[in-house]
Amino acid sequence: MERFTVLDLLDLDLKEHDALNLKCIGGRPGLANTITIPEINRPGLALSGFFENFAHHRIQVFGRGEMAYIEKLDRENKLDTIHRMFSFKIPAIIFTYNLTPPQSFVEIVESSDCAILRTDIPSSEFSLRLIRELGTVFAPRKTIHGVLVEVFGIGILIMGSSGVGKSESALELIERGHRLIADDSIELHCVSGNILMGEGSNAVAAHHMEIRGLGIINVKQLFGVGAIRDSKQVQLIVNLEEWDNNKVYDRLGSGDNTTEILGVQVPTVLIPVKPGRNIPVIIETAAMNERLKKMGYYSAKEFNQNILRWLESENARNVYFHKKDVF
Amino acid sequence: MTTKEVIIKNRAGIHARPAALLVQIANSFDSEIFLEKENNRINGKSIMGIITLGASYNTKLTVIAEGSDEQEAVDAIVRLFENRFEED
Repeated sequence: MERFTVLDLLDLDLKEHDALNLKCIGGRPGLANTITIPEINRPGLALSGFFENFAHHRIQVFGRGEMAYIEKLDRENKLDTIHRMFSFKIPAIIFTYNLTPPQSFVEIVESSDCAILRTDIPSSEFSLRLIRELGTVFAPRKTIHGVLVEVFGIGILIMGSSGVGKSESALELIERGHRLIADDSIELHCVSGNILMGEGSNAVAAHHMEIRGLGIINVKQLFGVGAIRDSKQVQLIVNLEEWDNNKVYDRLGSGDNTTEILGVQVPTVLIPVKPGRNIPVIIETAAMNERLKKMGYYSAKEFNQNILRWLESENARNVYFHKKDVF
Repeated sequence: MTTKEVIIKNRAGIHARPAALLVQIANSFDSEIFLEKENNRINGKSIMGIITLGASYNTKLTVIAEGSDEQEAVDAIVRLFENRFEED
């Protein structure tokens, strides 16, 4: 990843419940500071003069408590610890609750090239959002070749070599009312170690598809805003490949195949492609089957259980009731 | 595996037309072909991939090919870059 600066943090395109509502209220040169780790710090200890293990390379969040203490120091004109605190290289400080720091404090901060930001969100809620967003920014990333669609609420990554019919299958799925996240180059990132999120690697080309014979089409304009989505968790991988007569394909569906991407195990199905096989319907069915599994119902396992139960009862019947017994 | 670095010399960068040209050439080879820009690797046979790479003027790219005709593939693609996609 390239350098992630304080300005990039202000520029993040976040919506509604993710919004950070940040504004820069001082220390503008500090906007170029690099944020190196996805963590934050409450500077209570540092303000009171204790600097051992001071996590100065983190963003410092000032809430009402810190603010009250700064005001007390300002009133009593004891600004030495604040001078000391900003002798460390701090990328940015953020005031929550729309608090405004005293002028003397701002001057000290600005002299150390540290950006001063402000938000109207309460401290705990702001910390949660900031950690979540920084987690996304610093998440391990990977760009892969495939199509990401949402089918019945399940994020499906369709993969396979070029020309196998990924885009055509996705187009048919969109036509059936499912959603396209991105075609062709998908950027995946891992959130909190176990969730794999996917989105188009480029906002300009997102929601466009290339269909052989038609060229590039704009799915949003053609099928409407209901046919697209910006990002989605990858919950199932569908691998399309040319039908190979010598290969044994899964006939029961009882095996749990997974693919590891960025350390996350994603359930995977391999679907052989052959003229006459309706791939979109198979993908829809795979999505519904995956939903059932999430609800705890495993088609193949339940089926086998029923067979076993039936065989057992049949055997029992044979033991107790012989054919020659006529009632 | 054959790799070669190229620098984009046409002013407009790789927009739709050069990308189509590139894909057309890449698809005429059996080898797997990739383009890499700052650790961002995409399939050289996919037009959307190449466009989303966002390769502008003076960007450095690495052409990677793997397969039976990798040398010919890399040569053909590098030639395309050197000819500035018949632009300018």
